[in-house]
Amino acid sequence: MSSRRSRSRQSSGSRITDDQIIDLVSKLQQLIPELRGRRSDKVSASKVLQETCNYIRNLHRKVDGLSDRLSQLLASTETDSDQAAIIRSLLME
Amino acid sequence: MNKYNPPRMNPSSLRSRFATRFLRTLSKINAQKPTSSSSPTEIFRRYRRIKAAADKSMAYSVRSRRTWSRAMLWKLRTRPCGRRSVKTSTIIKSREARKTRHEKQNKNTTTTTTTTTGEDGVVFGVEADELRELVPGGEAMDLYNLLDETAHYIKCLTTQVQVMKKIADFYSP
Repeated sequence: MSSRRSRSRQSSGSRITDDQIIDLVSKLQQLIPELRGRRSDKVSASKVLQETCNYIRNLHRKVDGLSDRLSQLLASTETDSDQAAIIRSLLME
Repeated sequence: MNKYNPPRMNPSSLRSRFATRFLRTLSKINAQKPTSSSSPTEIFRRYRRIKAAADKSMAYSVRSRRTWSRAMLWKLRTRPCGRRSVKTSTIIKSREARKTRHEKQNKNTTTTTTTTTGEDGVVFGVEADELRELVPGGEAMDLYNLLDETAHYIKCLTTQVQVMKKIADFYSP
């Protein structure tokens, strides 16, 4: 049980190395606006994960807020004819 | 394979697939509105449907190539009216169990699922636990997959937020 999540995992020949984990952590770091500019050796992996959690919660809140906003806006509009226009403007970004 | 920020909008990109699906669902939801469409209950109901539609559209746009999107679709299918599924109550139970361990402040215990030591000796078991609760399907992932899925999940969430914001701005007076 104690070695179930040890450093190198063996599964049919492939080993997950520490380097691969480090790579993924720095990849995550680049996705988070808070930490993006900082050097990876200055930010601990623990901090990256923490900020990742905060960022995801933030995004969830935004989705909630936008769903709420949309539900209010839709109360008074028709959507069909406008769709093409929206899609076009979205696509042109 | 989708690039996160394509220089030119590609008709088969994640963003455009999501936008198309979501808009289609939105107009369905809108078409079904009853005469009292501005009552708080109606608005709340519509909010729930829109949120589910957004999550579902994104998960479908990823085409179940990812563990998180499969988990999301499973979740959305098994709790259509917001009932707690078995999975959710399992998460809550394990969350409580983890809180007790965390209180012991012994991050170096080799617990069954989550403590891992990185090269610099940092143990991020607790943060990984938190992350597991946020990413759909995270409870069953090992650290490597969790980090990988999280990166993709974040990219998709930001796309989702961008598109929803554009739509909301469009409909705003």
